[in-house]
Amino acid sequence: MNVTRRMVLGGACSFAAHPLITPMAMASVPSENRLVVILLRGGMDGLDAVRPIGAPELKMLRPEGMTKTGFDLDGYFVASEGFNPLRPLWAAGELAFVHAVSTPYRDKRSHFDGQDILEAGALSGQGIRDGWLNRLLQVLPGASEQTGFAVGGEQPLIMKGKAPVLNWAPDVPFLLTEQDRLLLDYVYAEDEAFHVAMNEAAMLVDNGMGADMKGSGARRRGGELDKIAKFTAEQLLGETRIASFTINGWDTHRNQRNTLRESLASLSKTILNLKADLGPIWSKTTIVAMTEFGRTAAMNGTYGTDHGTGGAMVLAGGAVKGGKVYGAWPGLDEASLYDRRDLMPTADVRAYAGAVIGDLYGLARADIERVVFPGLMMDQNPSVIL
Amino acid sequence: MTNKIMPTRETMQAIRFGYGLPGPAGPKVKMQMPDRDQILSTINAFRDLKKQADRGASDVERKARRAREKLIQLIGRQTKNHIARSVSPQDDFEERLATFWFDHFSIEITKFEASPFIQSYIEEAIRPNVMGHFSDLLAAAITHPAMVLYLDQGTSMGPNSFVANLRKQRGLNENLAREVLELHTLGVEAAYTQSDVRELAELFTGLSMDRHTFDFQFRPALAEPGRETILGQSYGGARLARLEEVTPVFEDLAAHPSTARHLARKLAIHFVADDPSEELVGDLETSYHENDGLLGAVYSVLRAHPEAKNRFGAKAKQPYDFIISSLRALGVSGQDILKAELKDLKSILLDPMHAMGQPWRQPGGPDGWPEAFDAWISPQGMATRISWAMEAPKAMGLASQEPEVILERALGEIASERVRWAVPKAETRQQGIGLVLASAEFNRR
Repeated sequence: MNVTRRMVLGGACSFAAHPLITPMAMASVPSENRLVVILLRGGMDGLDAVRPIGAPELKMLRPEGMTKTGFDLDGYFVASEGFNPLRPLWAAGELAFVHAVSTPYRDKRSHFDGQDILEAGALSGQGIRDGWLNRLLQVLPGASEQTGFAVGGEQPLIMKGKAPVLNWAPDVPFLLTEQDRLLLDYVYAEDEAFHVAMNEAAMLVDNGMGADMKGSGARRRGGELDKIAKFTAEQLLGETRIASFTINGWDTHRNQRNTLRESLASLSKTILNLKADLGPIWSKTTIVAMTEFGRTAAMNGTYGTDHGTGGAMVLAGGAVKGGKVYGAWPGLDEASLYDRRDLMPTADVRAYAGAVIGDLYGLARADIERVVFPGLMMDQNPSVIL
Repeated sequence: MTNKIMPTRETMQAIRFGYGLPGPAGPKVKMQMPDRDQILSTINAFRDLKKQADRGASDVERKARRAREKLIQLIGRQTKNHIARSVSPQDDFEERLATFWFDHFSIEITKFEASPFIQSYIEEAIRPNVMGHFSDLLAAAITHPAMVLYLDQGTSMGPNSFVANLRKQRGLNENLAREVLELHTLGVEAAYTQSDVRELAELFTGLSMDRHTFDFQFRPALAEPGRETILGQSYGGARLARLEEVTPVFEDLAAHPSTARHLARKLAIHFVADDPSEELVGDLETSYHENDGLLGAVYSVLRAHPEAKNRFGAKAKQPYDFIISSLRALGVSGQDILKAELKDLKSILLDPMHAMGQPWRQPGGPDGWPEAFDAWISPQGMATRISWAMEAPKAMGLASQEPEVILERALGEIASERVRWAVPKAETRQQGIGLVLASAEFNRR
């Protein structure tokens, strides 16, 4: 329903004229390079996904409950088994990780605030109301309304703003995630009538018998993500250069062994689907998967981890200088942890995203530091793009 | 019910007797409900063109389609205005009463071109009478053309009426008379007989309607001559049958002790609990008697009754109420509803209501919607409520709001510890908002 709130939001984030944007010549053609930003909502546990087995403290912090080990990365880090499908990419130098990174967000560890900052590309106090991919589109030479595509439902903040962006959601039946189920189960626990009805309801929803709201963009895994990847690839083969979508399911407070494995497997499959569908364009593609924060260094009491700070970022694609774990590793001894509990972020995740877009699109450092990621200091280029 | 948190008086009143906490729903909405003339001209334009098209007139098909589209838009405007009024927090209790009494005097009109008259019925017969004497509400509902049409009264003729004699046919239809005694007044448990039903049906002959102008019409030619005896009381008998001979039965039925009891029970069940105490029903019944059926007085007793407070949460919100209160919690205003696209209204509000077990304007019979908790909080009902809670806010572009703000707006102090704990743990705002709307305390009242 066009219940105008959307328009109200739209109004709030469109600046009359951005003083820092130079108008582009209409004749110029956008770059051939493709960028896909995947938002991993929920807080991916970087310490499990990209595991520092070289750190002596890891065994104490995580005596059990982690996902199974996948393949060796560099002798110090190993990938979780959920990344196993991506092993050939690693071998071909088309997969990289960045460790111990985070947004500038600290301490409150709220998903919502964290995601806002990740998507706005700026702290909330800076008065930034639009998303960094949108601001990128605003400074991208030759960008048209076909250039940016938000895939998978309501336009996420990362794509909102003055630059026109296309929007698409697959029409798939709603399914409950494991997390939906856990939270609902908890919420209903003391109300027997609702609890009983909900347990049976969950089965009905699993069988596709929930309400079906066309166009609502159900946000689920499996079939939906396959459709999203396929659609995204189709667009990137056409006029689109920058696309973004979300993979949920990273808030692994309990039984992480199963939930994280599943989510990593979804991410891996999505990356492989994109590679297969993009064909020759894969060599010009960079996939950046980023999350709002990492998780606690230590395992909690329910074989999971709680909201933390520093985490990991995933880079994949033919344009990536892969086969490497980037980042300055801070160590896991207690004094090196942030707040004595989380992995210490040693770099701003925006610096890596900024390096990617700078290299892909030949943007000036000033444009990145002032327009796309206001307040970011890009001291040196980590050179993650070929 | 295990929610032990006691609401403030305001919260209790808003949730039990309104469509939920008011939310930031903005100023009073200026309604644009189509009036009777607009309805009639739209329907007639459609009917005429359809007739011509059916006769094979070559050039009218496109015009007929356009007229049909206009009629759909008219029905859409009625629906939007109706929903907008519910979403707006002003006159909240009156809105609930309009819904309650519309359901008490349930009608359905499935014939497409006559369906705009459902809203006319609510506006003309129900809404103006919800605070007054029950006898007036009863008379207005029963003699409204929509009710006459729905329960086949328009074609019911006395066995000895002028028309029956002329056509040598005996067309008495007991449908309306039976429902008036069984559902609208005395209640099925009351001591009335088949003879009372038949006599009332005979008294009702003559109540009819004009199928073209959709006006109520009394047709003496259909009326059964002679007197009728209903519950020991005698009616009619004038040489020329007149509507004025019929109306006294509404007064008498309204004043009947069984009616007082039946209505007291229904009000208690709808607003308080599926199994209200004898004390509550008795108090409402007494008030009804003491005030000669003045409904406003009965409601005062109902709203101030300790049972309304003590059994807070005993009722399940019906799907319409669940959706309206959700819209408020999401910050949707009546004005937003008026501006919404019809197709969105259908796919985001009406179709899901259907899936939750409450197809729009189709209660399935003159007895209206079920009241029992289990009728709504069923596995299928919950499957659709949960998926609506998780998905509809996003479909409306409203899922990026702060879930804890929605939590306060939806539940205020009645939010349980569990919901307060779980909502900030949600992985996305959409999920957090979904949890609020799906929660037991939000679905109870």
